[in-house]
Amino acid sequence: MQGNTACAEGALAAGCRFYGGYPITPSTEIAEHMARKMPKIGGVFAQMEDELASIASVIGASWTGARAMTATSGPGFSLMMENIGYAVMTETPCVIVDVQRGGPSTGQPTRAAQGDMMQCRFGSHGDMSIIAVSPASVQEMYELTAKAFNLADRYRVPTFVMADEIIGHMRERIAVPDSVEVVPRRPLEKGTLPFAPGEDNVPGFPAFGHGYGVHVTGLTHDDRGYPSSTDPRVHERLVRRLVGKVEGANREIADYEVTNPDAEVVFISYGAPSRSVAQAIRDLDDERVGHLRLKVVWPFPDFALAAFKNARVFLVPELNLGQMVREAARHTAVPVVPISEIGGELHTPRRLITMAEGYL
Amino acid sequence: MKHEIRFSGFGGQGIILAAVILGRAAAIHDGKYAVQTQVYGPEARGGASMSAVIIDDDPILYPEVTAPDIYVIMSQEGFLKYGRTAPESAVMLVDSELVQDRPACRYHEIPSTYEAKSTLKKVIVANIVMLGALVATTGVVSEAAIEKAVLDSVPKGTEDLNLRALKLGFDLGRRSMKDETA
Repeated sequence: MQGNTACAEGALAAGCRFYGGYPITPSTEIAEHMARKMPKIGGVFAQMEDELASIASVIGASWTGARAMTATSGPGFSLMMENIGYAVMTETPCVIVDVQRGGPSTGQPTRAAQGDMMQCRFGSHGDMSIIAVSPASVQEMYELTAKAFNLADRYRVPTFVMADEIIGHMRERIAVPDSVEVVPRRPLEKGTLPFAPGEDNVPGFPAFGHGYGVHVTGLTHDDRGYPSSTDPRVHERLVRRLVGKVEGANREIADYEVTNPDAEVVFISYGAPSRSVAQAIRDLDDERVGHLRLKVVWPFPDFALAAFKNARVFLVPELNLGQMVREAARHTAVPVVPISEIGGELHTPRRLITMAEGYL
Repeated sequence: MKHEIRFSGFGGQGIILAAVILGRAAAIHDGKYAVQTQVYGPEARGGASMSAVIIDDDPILYPEVTAPDIYVIMSQEGFLKYGRTAPESAVMLVDSELVQDRPACRYHEIPSTYEAKSTLKKVIVANIVMLGALVATTGVVSEAAIEKAVLDSVPKGTEDLNLRALKLGFDLGRRSMKDETA
């Protein structure tokens, strides 16, 4: 199965019943698959006029209680930024798939990149936190997309599947489970204000049509959802909660794999370059070289770095000029070195082995 | 045993489909691991297209083809772009009608396009003829697996035509093997 098809299948298995999007290379197969499948299962496929409308339709669909998603790539992703902030502020669960290609601008439509990793985190204005996963195989296109819906619903936050052209277009065998774990959105309890923090800072969800009259606004709002945009205390309380509900759950959300925890030279990777690192580690067959592979990229699992007690250097191969490498460097006193590859080619295992050997 | 197979030809020949079918035969029907990738670009019908399959008994980590040991070349442009550099240890299948040059490595001349046209009256199945010849000459997947994978992959109503194309390919491949030993 192709990676993009697996992404769509994972979403459907997780109960996604609304897809609103505007096709763009190299994500188009996701829209095509959804267009074929949605009508047969009573879902909705809506081809919108552009990406602004696509993400707006997804937010609207989510407020009816549906699991909703869109998929795009760089240029479309840029257009979605404004409404992504709206989804954060209104605590709208939604899944946004970005099959990354070379940028800036229209750049390289058919080649892989990981240049949008900071954009998904900081691309919309204002202080915010989001969740992002990054698949490294066709199997993970399925699994992590399904998981993204659970994370989005659990924390009421836009959740990103940060894929890339390599993973999106390659074909591999996958094992499709009989069912995937679906953790439904917690409904708003009767007698509770719609934006009251509750115990874990995540309010219950008052879906439209379920008897609640709820005001949904991008303006700073109080626990009732009413605009209150001049009181500093209301703003601080709200935005600190929106950020805190994600950052405070970092350990709960974190999902990563560790190879050789006693290693001295440690690769940190996510997405397609993880395949090059895994090959390099297998070829090296040396316990002094380790690997931290992130499946959840945001929130960044800072504590996972400290677990490599013998690390002398972290090497971060990315298909960009250095994005997550900066985040890693923020959380450790050990040197953190970028290994950049842009233009569309994956790092060769040979290059990574040579880099690692240089530090042994 | 690991194999890296590179297919090239011109857009419209079904080069990518041939690779997908081969990968499916290995991964689904022969129980091995396979990864299929392709050069993905704005070329449409006519341009040189390339697709690759890695087949291995172990899980495949790095998904890109680095040193193909098997080449399937179905156009002269494809040969120049993706086949000319084949090392001497490789084996190549060339469409004998559409590829003028010959490589330095071992090769089989397979008249897949000519036979698809003259015997089956459908040039569109030349890629399936080539797949049959590939399996007969290299044994990279089993004949049973490729047959099932072809049936999984082709449009309804064309199964018989495609099976005949595949079997024709088996015969052409076997004949080429016999010529080689003679």
